[in-house]
Amino acid sequence: MVGSVPLVWVLTLAAGLFCIGLFGALSRRNIVGMLMGIELMLNSVNINLVAFWRYLQPTGTAGLIFAIFTIAVAAAEVAVGLAMVIAIYRARLTINADEIDTLKG
Amino acid sequence: MNPIAIGVFIVIALLTLGSGIMVVTVRNIIHSALWLIASFIGVAALYLLMEAEFLAVVQILVYAGAVSILVLFAIMLTRQVTGEGVRVVFERWWVALLIALGLFGVIVPTLWKHGATWEEAAKLAQVGPTPVDGAANSLQVATATEIGRSFMGEYLLPFEVVSVLLLMALIGAVVIAYEERTRRRRVLTLAEELALKKRGIVEPRDAEGAVVPREAEGKVILLDSEQA
Repeated sequence: MVGSVPLVWVLTLAAGLFCIGLFGALSRRNIVGMLMGIELMLNSVNINLVAFWRYLQPTGTAGLIFAIFTIAVAAAEVAVGLAMVIAIYRARLTINADEIDTLKG
Repeated sequence: MNPIAIGVFIVIALLTLGSGIMVVTVRNIIHSALWLIASFIGVAALYLLMEAEFLAVVQILVYAGAVSILVLFAIMLTRQVTGEGVRVVFERWWVALLIALGLFGVIVPTLWKHGATWEEAAKLAQVGPTPVDGAANSLQVATATEIGRSFMGEYLLPFEVVSVLLLMALIGAVVIAYEERTRRRRVLTLAEELALKKRGIVEPRDAEGAVVPREAEGKVILLDSEQA
């Protein structure tokens, strides 16, 4: 893999996945859809971390450890986020972001 | 140059990006979640290709296993009656598209500008330590054992902090989603929800959208007689 596929290809893949996730997070009305976009973005960040580890510092562990921390934080984020989605749904019977506008001026 | 590795990489990249695009474009949110699992599996395959076996397994367990199930549960608990004409994206979704494409257009040229430098550094990094007995020069990629050693040594404090974070997230999720018994109400079935919407108790999201299936119509009468 390392001898054949240049690092830039992997980083371009990660950039593409990040932009797809960004589009999903910004465009979806459904809050769960937004969270799915954020998950895609976090995944692309992990691809970057692992790629830089494998290509530039394969004998160390810093990149892998950082990726594992990202996964742990993402898991915590999605758990709290979905709990909030369920609480919002209970209070307002909708999970469309543009209908939850109590704070709108 | 190994053409098989290049081919495998391209297949995995297409799988990951293709399912990623499906996640953000399909109308049905459950299909979207299923495509998300495909995308996660593609990323795990990429980790395997990059010899990060431990991370690939973690990716399958945490993302494809736990996170996707959590997302599916959240979708099913917050089920909405979305018909054909209901919008799934914001009115100005093209702004989001412009932002995403613009960011891609900024990142990629920057990456390719520095590509040659990184290739040089990568070539240097792939050389293992000089063998003492004149054996083949082999590179030892960090394994799960070394990850464990790092966690218990160099990264002990962050490791503990993350464990506290996970505990807080666990308690926080329970507290946020908890509902007191006195305020707890029965979860409406899909038919009852449709019936309420039809009678205008909850305003329908889109007048053209809500298609009332025949079974639901039958239960509308049942619900009415129940309340009478």
